[in-house]
Amino acid sequence: MWFFSEEERQLQEVVRDFAKNELLPRAEHHDEEETFNLEAFKKMGELGLLGITADPEYGGSGLGATAATIVMEELGKVCASSTLSYLAHAILCINNIDKNASPEQKAKYLPKLISGEWVGCMGMSEPDYGSDAIGIQTRAKKEGDHYLINGSKMWITNAQYADIAYVYTRTGDEKKDLSTFILEKENGHFQFGKPIHKMGMRASPTGELIFDNAKVPASQLVGEEGDSVSHMMKNLDIERITISGISLGIARACVEQSVRYAGERKQFGKEIGSFQLIQKMLAEMSTETEMMSHFLYSVCKEYDNGTQGPAVAARVKLALPKMTTKIALDAIQLHGGYGYSREFPLERFMRDNKLNEIGAGTNEVMILIIAKDLLRESRR
Amino acid sequence: MSDLKDEIIKEVKKFRQSVIDPIIESDDENEVFRMEIFSQLGELGFTGMTTQESYDGAGLGYTDFCYFLEELSKSSVPYAVTISVSSMVQSIIQKFGSDEQKSTFLPPMARGEEIGAFALSESGSGSDATNLKTTAALEGDNYILNGSKLWITSGGIAKTYLVMARTGENGPKGVSAFIVRDGDPGFEYGKAEKKMGWRTSPTRELLFKNCAIPKDRLLGHEGDGIKAAFSGLDAGRITIGAISVGLAQRALEESVKYSLSREQFGESIFNFQGLQFMMSDMEVETTCARLCVYEAAKLLDAGTPSTKLSSISKLKASDVAMKVSTDAVQVLGGVGYTKEYPTERLMRDAKVLQIVEGTNQIQKLVIARSIKSEYN
Repeated sequence: MWFFSEEERQLQEVVRDFAKNELLPRAEHHDEEETFNLEAFKKMGELGLLGITADPEYGGSGLGATAATIVMEELGKVCASSTLSYLAHAILCINNIDKNASPEQKAKYLPKLISGEWVGCMGMSEPDYGSDAIGIQTRAKKEGDHYLINGSKMWITNAQYADIAYVYTRTGDEKKDLSTFILEKENGHFQFGKPIHKMGMRASPTGELIFDNAKVPASQLVGEEGDSVSHMMKNLDIERITISGISLGIARACVEQSVRYAGERKQFGKEIGSFQLIQKMLAEMSTETEMMSHFLYSVCKEYDNGTQGPAVAARVKLALPKMTTKIALDAIQLHGGYGYSREFPLERFMRDNKLNEIGAGTNEVMILIIAKDLLRESRR
Repeated sequence: MSDLKDEIIKEVKKFRQSVIDPIIESDDENEVFRMEIFSQLGELGFTGMTTQESYDGAGLGYTDFCYFLEELSKSSVPYAVTISVSSMVQSIIQKFGSDEQKSTFLPPMARGEEIGAFALSESGSGSDATNLKTTAALEGDNYILNGSKLWITSGGIAKTYLVMARTGENGPKGVSAFIVRDGDPGFEYGKAEKKMGWRTSPTRELLFKNCAIPKDRLLGHEGDGIKAAFSGLDAGRITIGAISVGLAQRALEESVKYSLSREQFGESIFNFQGLQFMMSDMEVETTCARLCVYEAAKLLDAGTPSTKLSSISKLKASDVAMKVSTDAVQVLGGVGYTKEYPTERLMRDAKVLQIVEGTNQIQKLVIARSIKSEYN
C-alpha cells in the first residue's frame, strides 16, 4: 500500500521470504496429513513475529494492526492454516495477555509465548454457545485462594499443542458475570478433548479444552471478576481485522496464480487469457482484491490511530472472507480440472478461506452487529 | 409412470441410507471406492437403466434415470457419477457398436459386474477436446494406440474404456473411437489424481504405449470418434444436472434440519430472518434447477432433444449446487465446516460439477451459439 511506512515495507519483505522458504515447501503436505508445522511456528518466534503487537519490555515488537495484518496477508498467501494458528497464538493469546493482564502475569507468560517456547490458544466458544458467546456456561467457582473450573471449550485453534490457554468462564448468574483466566497445561488446568477434522485449515489443529474440577490459583484471574466482556470487546476488532488479512492473502494468491495460468494454458490454439470470459474473471477478481486491500489497510491505520468507527471491523470481516470465497471458486473454475486437483493449491485456498466466513464471528453475526450500529445511528 | 418414479426413489433412498451413509465420510477421507456398492446397485437394476433389455439393461428413459441419480446423489455424488459415466459408455456402444460388440461388452456393464469409462480429455486438450493427440494406427489385424488420456473418471476400476484416438487428419474428422479393455497389452494406468472432492471416485491417467487391440474394437467407422463421443453430450449434461439437483437438495435438507434443532440467543436459529431468507433462496434455486433438468430429460426421451436446454440444465444446476452447498456450510457454521456433518463434503463435491461435461464457460458458448441461430 502507498501509505505503508518503511518499517512496514521491510516487514512485508521479510515475511514474504519467510513464507516462501518455510511454509511453501510443506503447505500441501501438512494439509494432506492434517499436521501442524511446529517447526515453522518456532521459527516465527526466532524471527520476532509472534509478539508483533506485544510490549517490547516483554520481548514484543510493539506494532499495531497494520503490521499484524501485513504478516497475515503474506503468510496467508502461502499457507492459511499456519497463519490461522499464528493468529490464535499472537492475537488471541499474546495480544490479549499484553492488553489485559497484570505486569506479573505478563512477565511470567509473554517472554516464553513470544519466543515460541510455549504455544498459546484462546477459549471462548462452547458446544452450545457459538454466536451467542455471552451465554457461555463453563463455570469458575471461587473456593478460598483458588477457583474450581468445570465445563468445556469447543473449536479451539491450537488446542492440542497449547501450553497456555486464555479462557473465558462464568463466575456469576447475571448475563455478563464472566471472568478471564490464564491457564497452564503443565499444572493440569485443562485437558484436551477430541481433535476436530475439518474441510480446510487442516494444518491448523482444532480441538476441545476440557475442565474437570480444575483447581486454579486465584492469581490466574485476569483483572477482576466480571471483566471478560470488556476484555472480549477490546480484542474482537483486531481479531476480525487480522483474520480478514488471511483472506486478502488468499485472494492475492488466487489472482497471481490465475493470471499466470491464463498466460500459459492454451486451448483452441491460443492462450485462454485471450478469451473475454477469462478476461472478465481476471479483471473482476483483481479489482475486488484491490478494493479489499484498500479497505482493510485503511481500517488498520484507523485502528492504529484509535480513530476507527463503530462496527467498521465487522464490515471488513463481512466483506473480505465472503468476497475471497467467490474469488477462490472462480480461480478453481479458471484452472478447470487442474484447479480441482490437490496438486494445485487453488482448491486448498478455497477450503481454507471458507472458515473465515465462520470463525471469529460468522457473516451472520457481522450482519447483526452492523445492522445494530446502523439502526442505533438512525435513532439518534 | 409415477408409480415407477416412487418405487425408484424409495428403493434408492433405502439403499443409500443403509449402505452408503454409514461409510461415506471415512471413505471420502481415505479415498476408497467399493466395487460391492456398485455391484449391489447393479443387482437392483440401476447400472444400465437406459440400456436395452436385450443387453440386460432396464430399457428406461433419461427421466427415470435422473430420478435415480438425483436420489443417489443425496448420499454420494461419486457413485452417481460412476454410474452415469458407465451408462453413457453403454449408450454410445449401443448406438455405434456392431452386434458383436454390443452383445460382448454391454451386458456385464448393464448388470453392474463391470464399469465403463470414457476417455476423451488429454493434458493439452480439455475444453478444446477435438484437438486430441493420442494416435491409433492400423497394422495388420490390430490398431496400435500411443498417447495418454487425463482426468479419466473410473480409471483403474473400469474394465471397458471408450477411447478417442486420432486415425487421420487434424481436427474432429480424423478421430475414431475404440473399445480398450483393462489388461490389453501396452495399456497402463498413470498417476491417480488427488482431488478436492469426488474422492471416492478414482480419477486416473491412461497410458498407451504401443497398445495393440484387435481391429474389431473400432467403434463404427474410422472418423466416427467425435460423432460418437458427442452423441452422449445432451444426456451427459442432463445427468450432471440431476446429480447437481440431488446434491443441492441434500444441502438444503441438512440446513433446515440443523437450523430447527440449533438454539442460540434462546431460540431456534431457523427463526432468524437472515437464515430463513438464505434457505428460501436455496429452495427457489433448487426447484428452478430441477424443473429445467426434467424438462430437458423429457425432451430427450421424446426424441426431440434440446442442446440449448441440456446446456442450461447443466450450467444452472451445477451453479445452484455450488451456491446452495456453500450456503449450507454457512448455515451450520462451525459444525458445517467439520467432517461430522456432510455439508463440507457436499461443497467439495459440488465444485467439479461446474467443470466436468464441458465447463460452465463452454456451456455459455453453446447457449450463445444456439440463441444466435434462433434470432438470426
